[in-house]
Amino acid sequence: MTKKLLLGDEAAALGAVHAGIAAGYSYPGTPASEVMEYLIKASKEGGFQANWCVNEKVAYEEALGVSFAGKRSMVSMKHVGLNVAADPFMNSSITRINGGLVVLVADDPGMHSSQNEQDTRYYAQFARTICLEPSSHQEAYDMTRKAFELSESFHIPVVIRMVTRLAHSRGQIAERTKREKNKSRRAASKDWTLLPVNARRRFSSLMEKQPMLVKFSQGSSFNSLTLNKEDKKLGIIASGIGFNYVMENIKDMSPAPSVLKISTYPLPESLIKELLDHVKNILIIEEGYPFIEQNIKGLFGIKGKKISGKLSGVLPITGELDPDLVRKALKLKPLKSQDSVKDWLPARPPQLCKGCPHIDTFKALKKALESYPEAVVFSDIGCYTLGALPPYYAVDTCVCMGASVSMSKGGSEAGIHPSIGVIGDSTFIHSGITPLLDAVSKDRDMTIIILDNSTVAMTGGQPSIATGEKLENIIRGLGVDLRHIRRIVPIKKNLEENAEVIKEEIEHPGLSVIIAFRACIYEAIKRKKEQKK
Amino acid sequence: MKQDIVLAGVGGQGILTIAYIIDYAAQLSGLYFKQAEVHGMSQRGGAVQAHVRLSDKDIFSDLIPKGGADIILSVEPLESLRYIDFLSPEGKIVVSRNPYVNIPDYSDLDKVLGVVKQNKNHVIVDSKKLSKDAGSPKSQNMVMLGAGSLFMMLEEKLFLQSIKEFFKPKGKKIVDINIKAFHLGKEAAENSK
Repeated sequence: MTKKLLLGDEAAALGAVHAGIAAGYSYPGTPASEVMEYLIKASKEGGFQANWCVNEKVAYEEALGVSFAGKRSMVSMKHVGLNVAADPFMNSSITRINGGLVVLVADDPGMHSSQNEQDTRYYAQFARTICLEPSSHQEAYDMTRKAFELSESFHIPVVIRMVTRLAHSRGQIAERTKREKNKSRRAASKDWTLLPVNARRRFSSLMEKQPMLVKFSQGSSFNSLTLNKEDKKLGIIASGIGFNYVMENIKDMSPAPSVLKISTYPLPESLIKELLDHVKNILIIEEGYPFIEQNIKGLFGIKGKKISGKLSGVLPITGELDPDLVRKALKLKPLKSQDSVKDWLPARPPQLCKGCPHIDTFKALKKALESYPEAVVFSDIGCYTLGALPPYYAVDTCVCMGASVSMSKGGSEAGIHPSIGVIGDSTFIHSGITPLLDAVSKDRDMTIIILDNSTVAMTGGQPSIATGEKLENIIRGLGVDLRHIRRIVPIKKNLEENAEVIKEEIEHPGLSVIIAFRACIYEAIKRKKEQKK
Repeated sequence: MKQDIVLAGVGGQGILTIAYIIDYAAQLSGLYFKQAEVHGMSQRGGAVQAHVRLSDKDIFSDLIPKGGADIILSVEPLESLRYIDFLSPEGKIVVSRNPYVNIPDYSDLDKVLGVVKQNKNHVIVDSKKLSKDAGSPKSQNMVMLGAGSLFMMLEEKLFLQSIKEFFKPKGKKIVDINIKAFHLGKEAAENSK
């Protein structure tokens, strides 16, 4: 059988298709977006639902509905998306998952395209569930398939933890036979109605399952232990992408270390013990936080054993691993290479595209704020965050989805004037509606500028759920004073006029919403092409 | 037998397209390969790179170690230097001579090309001119792939098949332009040897 050429994200998505999902749900976010893009393409032929949703919480809950009905579903998101979906995630492990539910989360160590590098393995542990961590494309495919079985046999959501390097790496997989979809099979209400009386029973049940989860982990063929019987000096524990970097370098090591590859959580205790009994020194190589290291080391370490890794400092505690860092941790000499010239090479950071509507909005905003040196511009997650960089220096914050609106209200209440929030259309729909409703209820003195470019641009132009008239209707419906809902068109020749509108609304001693409406240039090009067809 | 290739350029220059076309050619050849790239924010007009690894044996790391690259192929001169420490001492460096200036402090081009020329295995290509000759300035990436292909362990016919497959949805004219760009790039590299 010919092998398939896929990104890590796509390999996992195909695993879900072949596991017989009835539905997939997601919100765009790098490095997880390609999972849903693949599912959407495969959905017609596969006869399943594949939808971009309003946000990750909604996506997760829709997947839960599918599980209740007895069918399989996958919800995918970037790591910080699970913060948004944390409520349904944590509670779903208390329910009795019916149709298999797999939660694919892509972490972004090194923060290529994110505001933090949180490690999803902690979430899996927090919810007392299983997490599988692939290190190759084949494993991404196989583990996703397996995750559905595990979810149905233990009645828990199962997490697949990806990282950027696998999500956005292209490789080959061998497909396996496709499984049929589940038939409808309604769940029992008492297992899903988390009133305290039921929740206590369900939580006990979850805790009773824990030894079985460890047993699964210990017996899983995704883990492997290779002991060097001849040498007892060094044992390496490696997980996920870290395992690849160990294998890249291991040929240069003599004597060869013993190696335990961990791909399943909760941790496979018996395998760790077997390695610990065999060697004196343990080196732990894992992408993300020192999760395994901390768990094994505990507070006081293990007598007679030296445990090293990110906590001990042989690997950096922040950022992404790479083959060179791991090579150094393995005490191997670096390969011969050419000298870096980074000391005089200028950086080339990402920037707003030529012709981007945000440029014109920021220019108008800067112009309007010339007479308000005390102004604070609370910003949000999207391309427009690049407005923080030169030559614009137009925004002061970027924390999490929707925070621009809520922080503007808090800022205003703390005496900041003008207190401005800038947020994109999709981010507004994701998490800006509720804080705007809050601001309406107090009519706070703040000005929200919605940068409506009618697409989710940063992640590659996925459709925005509400843009243009639909978006304006939502804002009207929230109860914003109609006289203070303004529209501007961010183009060069409107600079003066737009700055004037912004100034007028700053002067209004209550809540204003300005919608700066012009499509992302790539979206505009795409639409033109579609019209031609 | 293995070959590790670092691809470089600026967001929008079609670096990931080059990567995909090599991947697909490798798939056709039956070799093992892995190819790492970065999407999202880092793509917006910023430095873009991809690592392509080809081998007749199983490949573990998605990333190339420093000093491990056999080829640096860059659609932009300055960007080739950002990863120069990945190049092995015997490695080959294939770069466009046409700068993409979207930063205020772009380095002196002679200085940049001077570092490239310090490598005995260097090829510098006028990708801008050749892409226009091929029929579209957008085909600079295929000019550079053609130039770089001279050193790659994949047969020309596999590249051509891969290019055809990739651009097929855009119509025959675009396919032809990109095939021509590939040939012009390869020819230029042959002549500069």
